[in-house]
Amino acid sequence: MTAAAEGSAPLRMTRARRNALLQSEPVQGFALISPTFLYALILLVLPILVVIAHSFWTQHYLTIDRTFTLENYRIALTEPIYRDLLWRSLYISLTVSLFTVILAYPIAYFISFHGGRHKSLWLFLITIPFWTSYLLRVMSWKVILGYNGVLNSGLMGLGLIDEPSTALLYNSSAVIITLTHAWAAFAILPIFVSLEKVDRTLVEAATDLGDGPLRSFLRVTLPLSAPGIISAALIVMIPTVGDYVTPKLVGGKDGVMIANAIQAQFGKAANWPLGAALSVTTMVIVSLMAGATVLIIRTLQRMAR
Amino acid sequence: MRARSRFLPGGWLSVYAFLYIVFLYLPVIFLPIFSINTAPTPKFPLTGYTLQWYEDLPRTPALLDAAWNSLIVGISASVLSTVLGILAARSITRYRYPGRRAINGLIMAPLVLPEVIVAISMLLVMLQLGLSLSLFTVVLGHVLVCIPYSMTVLTSGFEGFDRSLEEASADLGESAFGTFRRVTLPMVAPAIISSLLVCFTISLDEFIIAFFLTGTEATLPIYIWGQLRFASKLPGVLALGTLLLVASFLLMTIAEILRRRAARRTQNEGGLYA
Repeated sequence: MTAAAEGSAPLRMTRARRNALLQSEPVQGFALISPTFLYALILLVLPILVVIAHSFWTQHYLTIDRTFTLENYRIALTEPIYRDLLWRSLYISLTVSLFTVILAYPIAYFISFHGGRHKSLWLFLITIPFWTSYLLRVMSWKVILGYNGVLNSGLMGLGLIDEPSTALLYNSSAVIITLTHAWAAFAILPIFVSLEKVDRTLVEAATDLGDGPLRSFLRVTLPLSAPGIISAALIVMIPTVGDYVTPKLVGGKDGVMIANAIQAQFGKAANWPLGAALSVTTMVIVSLMAGATVLIIRTLQRMAR
Repeated sequence: MRARSRFLPGGWLSVYAFLYIVFLYLPVIFLPIFSINTAPTPKFPLTGYTLQWYEDLPRTPALLDAAWNSLIVGISASVLSTVLGILAARSITRYRYPGRRAINGLIMAPLVLPEVIVAISMLLVMLQLGLSLSLFTVVLGHVLVCIPYSMTVLTSGFEGFDRSLEEASADLGESAFGTFRRVTLPMVAPAIISSLLVCFTISLDEFIIAFFLTGTEATLPIYIWGQLRFASKLPGVLALGTLLLVASFLLMTIAEILRRRAARRTQNEGGLYA
C-alpha cells in the first residue's frame, strides 16, 4: 500500500503541496501560538461569554432559570445601592488615573530627558515597589492611615494634633491615595516609552524657530507623547474600577466599590446572574469612559498643534 | 542651547523625582520597620527592637501549609506560563501571519482587565464544568495572568534576535529542533529564566484570583488576608509581609539582571516593559 502510494505521481504531488502549506510561514506561526491562544480562549473568552449569558438568566436558590430576562440589568442600573457604587467606582478610578498620570508625567519626562546613562536604573527603581505584593502595599497604607497608625502617632508626636484623626482611614480619599500609590509605576512606563520616541531634533527645531521652553514643550513634546498618556490613563482606569482589596481594607463603609458588591453576589448573597449583570455593566461603562478619555486626549492633542 | 531647549530644568525635576521615589518606597518601608518593633500596634514612637515576631512564624502550622501551597502553585504556574509564553513570543517575533496582532491582543488582555471580573468569570466556568476548587484551579488562573508578563519579558529577549544564525545552523544540516536547542535556546536562556522568576513572583503575591478560585487550601496572601481580621496578629503579618517583600525584591532583581543580559545578547534595549 505504501509502496503503491509512493509510486503514484498525483499523490506525491498532493503531499508535496501539503508539506509546502505546512511549512509556510503563516501556518507555522499560527501552529506555534495556538496552545497559548487556545488557553486564552478557554480561560478568558469562554468565561466572559458565560458571564454575559448568566447576566440574562435568573437564579432560584441553587438552580439557574435560563429564560431570557433583562431584570438583572434593571436592578443593576436602577437600584440606588448599585447605582451609587457604580458611580463611586467610576469617580474613584477616574480620579486615580488623573492623579497617577499627572504625578507620573514629570518622572517619565525626567528619566527620558535627563536620565542620561542611568535610564534603566531609574526605571528599575520605580518598578521595584510595584513588584511587591499588592495586598501588602494596601496593608501598609492601612498601617499608615489607621487611628493608631503611623501618621496619627507621628503627627501627635510632633505636637501638630492633640488626638488621633479618624478622617484619614475608611473613606474614599483613603482609597484614592492607596490606589494612586499602587498604580504609579503602571502610569510611568507607557509615558516614558512614548517620550523616548519623541524626536529630539523637533524640540530643538521649535526652540530655534523662537518657541520658548514652555511653548515648545506644550506644542511639540506634550502632543507627541499623547499616545503614552492615553495608554497610561487606560491601564490605570480599567483595572482600578474593579478593585476589591483596597476598598475592603482602607475604604470602610464610605469607600465600598462595585467589586465588593459583585463579590457578595458570588459569595454570601449567592445571586450569580445579578453579579454577572453588575460585572458586564461595569465593563461596558468603564469601556465607554475609556473611549471618551481617548477622544478627549486626542482632541486636546490636535488643538495643541 | 541644548539645555535651553528643554522645558523645566533638570534640577527641579530631580528634586521631584527624589520625592516621588520616597512616596513610592515609604509606605512599603513601614512594614519591615514595625515588624522588628516590640509594640504590637504599628505606631510611633518605636518601643524597641525584637525578632520575636519572626521567631513565632515557623511555629504556626497554618502558615507553613500556606507557604508550601504558595511554592507549589508558584512553580507550576511559572513553568506553565513560561512554556506557553515561549511558544507565543516565538511565534509573534519570528512569523508574520494574518490575525497576529489580534491574537497577541487577546493574550495580553488579562493585564488590563479588572482582576475581579477575570476571577469571577473563571469561577463560573469552573463551577459549571464541575471542577472542584483546589490549588489546581488557582494554578489555571495564575497562568492566565502570568502569560502577558512572560510574553513581555520573552519578546524583549527574542526580538532583534539575529535570524541568520538560525539559518546558518539549518544550512549546515541541523534539524529545526536541533537548531532551536543548540542555537536559539542558549541565546534566549536568560530571558526564559527571567520569565520564570517574574511569573513565580506574580503568583506568590497574587491575591484576588487565588481568593476566588481556591477551595480550602490557602496560599500566603490568602493566609495574610485571614490574619488581617485579628488586630493582635498584625505583628506576625508584618513579619511575614517583610519576608515576602524581600523575596519579591530579590527575585525581581535577579530577573532584571538576567533580562538585561538576554537583551544585550540579542542587541536589544529597553526596560521590562519597553
